[in-house]
Amino acid sequence: MVAARETVECVARTGVDQYRYGFETLIESDKAPKGLSEDTVRFISAKKSEPGWMLEWRLQAYRCWLTMTEPTWARVHYPNIDYQDIYYYAAPKPKKPLSSIDEIDPEILKTYEKLGIPLREVAILEGVEPAPGGEPSANRKIAIDAVFDSVSVATTFKAELKKAGVIFMPISEAIREYPDLVQKYLGTVVPISDNFFARLNSAVFSDGSFVYVPPGVRCPMELSTYFRINERNTGQFERTLIIADKGSHVSYLEGCTAPQRDENQLHAAVVELVALDDAEIKYSTVQNWYPGNSEGKGGIYNFVTKRGDCRGKHSKISWTQVETGSAITWKYPSCILRGDNSRGEFYSIAISNGFQQVDSGTKMFHLGKNTSSRVISKGIAAGKSRNTYRGLVSANRNAAGARNHTICDSLLIGDKCGAHTVPYVEAKNSSATFEHEATTSKISEDVLFYCIQRGMSQEEAVSLVVNGFIKEVLQKLPMEFAVEAQKLISISLEGSAG
Amino acid sequence: MPLLEIRNLHVCVEGREILHGLDLTVNAGKVHAIMGPNGSGKSTLSHVITGKPGYQITAGRILFKGEDLLAMGPDQRAAKGLFLAFQYPVEIPGVTTMNFLRTALNAQRKARGQSGYSTPHFLKKARTVAKQLNIPQSMLKRGVNVGFSGGEKKRNEILQMALFEPDLCILDEIDSGLDIDALRIVADGINAMRSPDRSIIMITHYQRLLNYVVPDVVHVMSRGRVVKSGDKQLALELEASGYAQFEDAA
Amino acid sequence: MDLVLAKAMPEDKANAERAASNVFAAAQGRLPGAGRIAAIRARAFEAYERVGLPHRRVEEWKYTDLRVLMRDVLRLAERPDASALKRAQAAVDQAAFEGAIKLVLVDGMFAPNLSDVAKIGKGIDVQTLREVLESSASDALAGLVLSTTTDAMISLNTAMATDGVVVTIAEGKALRRPLHVIHVSTTSSASHFTRSYLHLGDGAHGTVVESFVSAESACGYQANNVMIVLVGNQAGLSHLRVKADAADAVNISSEIIAVGSKAKLNLFDMIRGGAVSRYQDFITLAGEGAELCVNGVNLLMEKQHADTTLVVDHAAPHCVSRQNFRAVVDGAGRSVFQGRIIARPDAQKSDAKLTMRALLLSDQAEADNKPELEIFADDVKCGHGATSGGLDESLLFYLGARGLSENDAQALLIRAFLGEAIEGIANENLRDFATSQTERWFKARR
Repeated sequence: MVAARETVECVARTGVDQYRYGFETLIESDKAPKGLSEDTVRFISAKKSEPGWMLEWRLQAYRCWLTMTEPTWARVHYPNIDYQDIYYYAAPKPKKPLSSIDEIDPEILKTYEKLGIPLREVAILEGVEPAPGGEPSANRKIAIDAVFDSVSVATTFKAELKKAGVIFMPISEAIREYPDLVQKYLGTVVPISDNFFARLNSAVFSDGSFVYVPPGVRCPMELSTYFRINERNTGQFERTLIIADKGSHVSYLEGCTAPQRDENQLHAAVVELVALDDAEIKYSTVQNWYPGNSEGKGGIYNFVTKRGDCRGKHSKISWTQVETGSAITWKYPSCILRGDNSRGEFYSIAISNGFQQVDSGTKMFHLGKNTSSRVISKGIAAGKSRNTYRGLVSANRNAAGARNHTICDSLLIGDKCGAHTVPYVEAKNSSATFEHEATTSKISEDVLFYCIQRGMSQEEAVSLVVNGFIKEVLQKLPMEFAVEAQKLISISLEGSAG
Repeated sequence: MPLLEIRNLHVCVEGREILHGLDLTVNAGKVHAIMGPNGSGKSTLSHVITGKPGYQITAGRILFKGEDLLAMGPDQRAAKGLFLAFQYPVEIPGVTTMNFLRTALNAQRKARGQSGYSTPHFLKKARTVAKQLNIPQSMLKRGVNVGFSGGEKKRNEILQMALFEPDLCILDEIDSGLDIDALRIVADGINAMRSPDRSIIMITHYQRLLNYVVPDVVHVMSRGRVVKSGDKQLALELEASGYAQFEDAA
Repeated sequence: MDLVLAKAMPEDKANAERAASNVFAAAQGRLPGAGRIAAIRARAFEAYERVGLPHRRVEEWKYTDLRVLMRDVLRLAERPDASALKRAQAAVDQAAFEGAIKLVLVDGMFAPNLSDVAKIGKGIDVQTLREVLESSASDALAGLVLSTTTDAMISLNTAMATDGVVVTIAEGKALRRPLHVIHVSTTSSASHFTRSYLHLGDGAHGTVVESFVSAESACGYQANNVMIVLVGNQAGLSHLRVKADAADAVNISSEIIAVGSKAKLNLFDMIRGGAVSRYQDFITLAGEGAELCVNGVNLLMEKQHADTTLVVDHAAPHCVSRQNFRAVVDGAGRSVFQGRIIARPDAQKSDAKLTMRALLLSDQAEADNKPELEIFADDVKCGHGATSGGLDESLLFYLGARGLSENDAQALLIRAFLGEAIEGIANENLRDFATSQTERWFKARR
């Protein structure tokens, strides 16, 4: 592997205060008036030509939201958010109605090109080298849904997916085209009465991806959504709903970037996954929202609710995440292990540098019999950042034979950062077996000297050891993302060695 | 010009002097053995030559190929051709031995202004050397030293030495924890490295290793100094009479 | 973590506060100390009233919601009369630790006739809290003894403490015999509060045992005890506590402990009685090279609720802490362990390890473990582990096949499970004492 060398070169190329994805695209956009009210909700619903039931659902969520205050238990600090000072809807102004990718505003296409996201049905992600012995990535197809500010701008490989019976489209279209499916599942995992940010999302979400995989179908390609916040003072509230029907299988990737700005921007997404009997969903995220500058100014507030429901017997949901971006991250991708013998997995790498604050982890709710879950979390704190793992594992009275194994390791680089571990282990069943282990340490001086004696620089040595530390999780990512993720990690740790 | 020249070296750790004016000269192509009781400063010497942090050099100098070694960082010293086989090789979880070897080798080559090895070239070289040392391929795919036995760790050190082709090899108790078969393999590996341009310093407690790798020069260290030097006969004398006779000489 | 909005139950809170206000007002004549002390108490009560009884929305009390478990603060217990003291005497005899010097507190009042004050050796100073608060000579000490934190139950204790023991072991002195502080409750449906203080001077050594027991016919009481412990540089303290309260009692005990440079503290906490019991220990490793070893055992049955909450703050470099907890939960019992390890920015080379393991013996049993790491120093080695599960069926079968009854087989495995925590007690006599206490639980379980 050339990872370490590449890492170092990447660091050398990138200046200290440089966020690779921090450019802005100048295009005209269509915005809702600033602020949040029932009118805003109606405006969004009307823009999307939604049916009446959808508007009602949103309004109900909005009213729920009004009754609640922001949660304060997370180990993150930020000034009060003025919810009336945010645009809740911004869409690139289309020159005319779109019928093919060629009609997308070339400025947007250029943006995605800069981001390395191929919208032209070419599935080579930027900079991807095939791993030794691995399948060359050019031969692998990835269907992509690109969300620009609030709307989905392009979905690729639609036709090929349709042949397999897989529905993959912007959720705004799904609400119009498959209202029964959407109505049956939307809000059944994250209800409108859920947490503060989820309620907000339910009221104002503007787009996102919808996936339905019919019974027995193995989705023929990786599905992917790339999220991009471009507009100023805009919140992004996307909603993703993935349903894997009985015996089906789908792997879904999500990537995120935003321009570099002085102000903080709010991102409050909701992701709902439903796995029926024997179905499997693998959900991977590489999150690289703008983290703010070296003084802690600007950056995205990433307040996200992600939850998977293993509704059917023998179903499986697996979350893999690489978190390097955002000024503040507040998210706990969770699994409700309802079906007997269902399985939940959470594999996470969370890296914080500068003034970033991360409070992230998972929740595994064991409800059914013989359910199992596995958690591997690798946290790396550098600079003046705060990195907290917060995780819950619980076994209900009826969860006979539940099993969990959690490993949670933190690495500190430098003496101005903090790494915290807050697990909650709640067992209400004598046949449930839970094991949790956590460690916090720094890179050992002896290991560093060993590497340096072999000729590596300090930075190369740190990078090598860090890559080893996170490898177990990195291996869980689809290959293309793993390479991308590795680069991101090296960039986000730049300047922290020594 | 000697390959390595150490003059009047004084070294402190946390304010306490460990080496008290040590002198040592190693010429190209020679194999030196440094023997001495525990706490005589042998490991400290190997650490100071390779630049491990935590030691204060209060007086003296170390020249390597005529250049001031103490002015260089540990990685620069490695690139210059200095190699230490550690007494206790560390474990690096998640980093495969193959990846580690290649990263290190290419870092050294880059520092010397050479181009990096191509993957196939490197793999071929690594596999050949591994085979000579009886190191199975599966070991190269595991994390560096993770789950290796004592003997495997030591063989891994010799593997690195053979790959990096350094000019001066310091082997810090390479024989400790080895059974007789493993010792033979390691000794064969060391002997294969002997050449007119390369010098080897073996730090050891015991004469046993020297039966397999016959030294040109033997030094006795005691209380932070080299107190006696001689040929291989000196090691046999030590084996017979112990270190006690040198305690006073220091 | 819990995202579901709690019903705030404003009415309950108001009722509970009114009750507490009345209790505090009614107790005024009974609370020692005037002037500055009275002012400290008033401020502490205000602090308590602002937040009221801790509930599940308060992170530190997440699993022990006193609004539900305690509802309100009961009236202050009467000063124990002759018959109460007589009943207390019987309880003291039962609880006694052989060879120890007894200091007995009955319903929150020091009982000189039940105590061994005369046997205290040179260099050891024992006063009652009442004496300290009422004597103007010990003003500075009084302030120290009444130290408070933001915890509501400690604030309430500062306001309401009626008595306690104030023990000082002079520099370099060693306690020849262990001190045994025995808290006896004889009262019913009343509350009592003690505040104690233990100071080991530099290089001093001692063993202190604390028991919480009830006299015959005592029921439904609420005990709230706080002890401030200062362990001087190079000093050594072995400290063992056992809660064996009446089956329907509430007992909340807090300790605020500071450990000096190169000092050693060996602490053991056991809960085997009471309806609702909680230890909360706030331990600061304040001096370089301090060593802490905390072990604990919760033994529960029926509907008992036991909570051991520990905050270990590595505030100085090169400190070592080891914590090892075991819970055995039968019936509908609920065991809570919360352990937080903090390593401050200057606490380089901190070495901390925490293990908590729960054994559930029935399907109504519950164990909640929350081990936390809060690390700000980079050169540290900190770790924790938590497990929960039932007894190993295959082991039970194996023992059965060797002729052990199910009960004996269980007991054998449970004893082995507890062993590791109990073996962490450094002092042999204390270890035997702890073992004898676990045996009482086994007897009661049968």
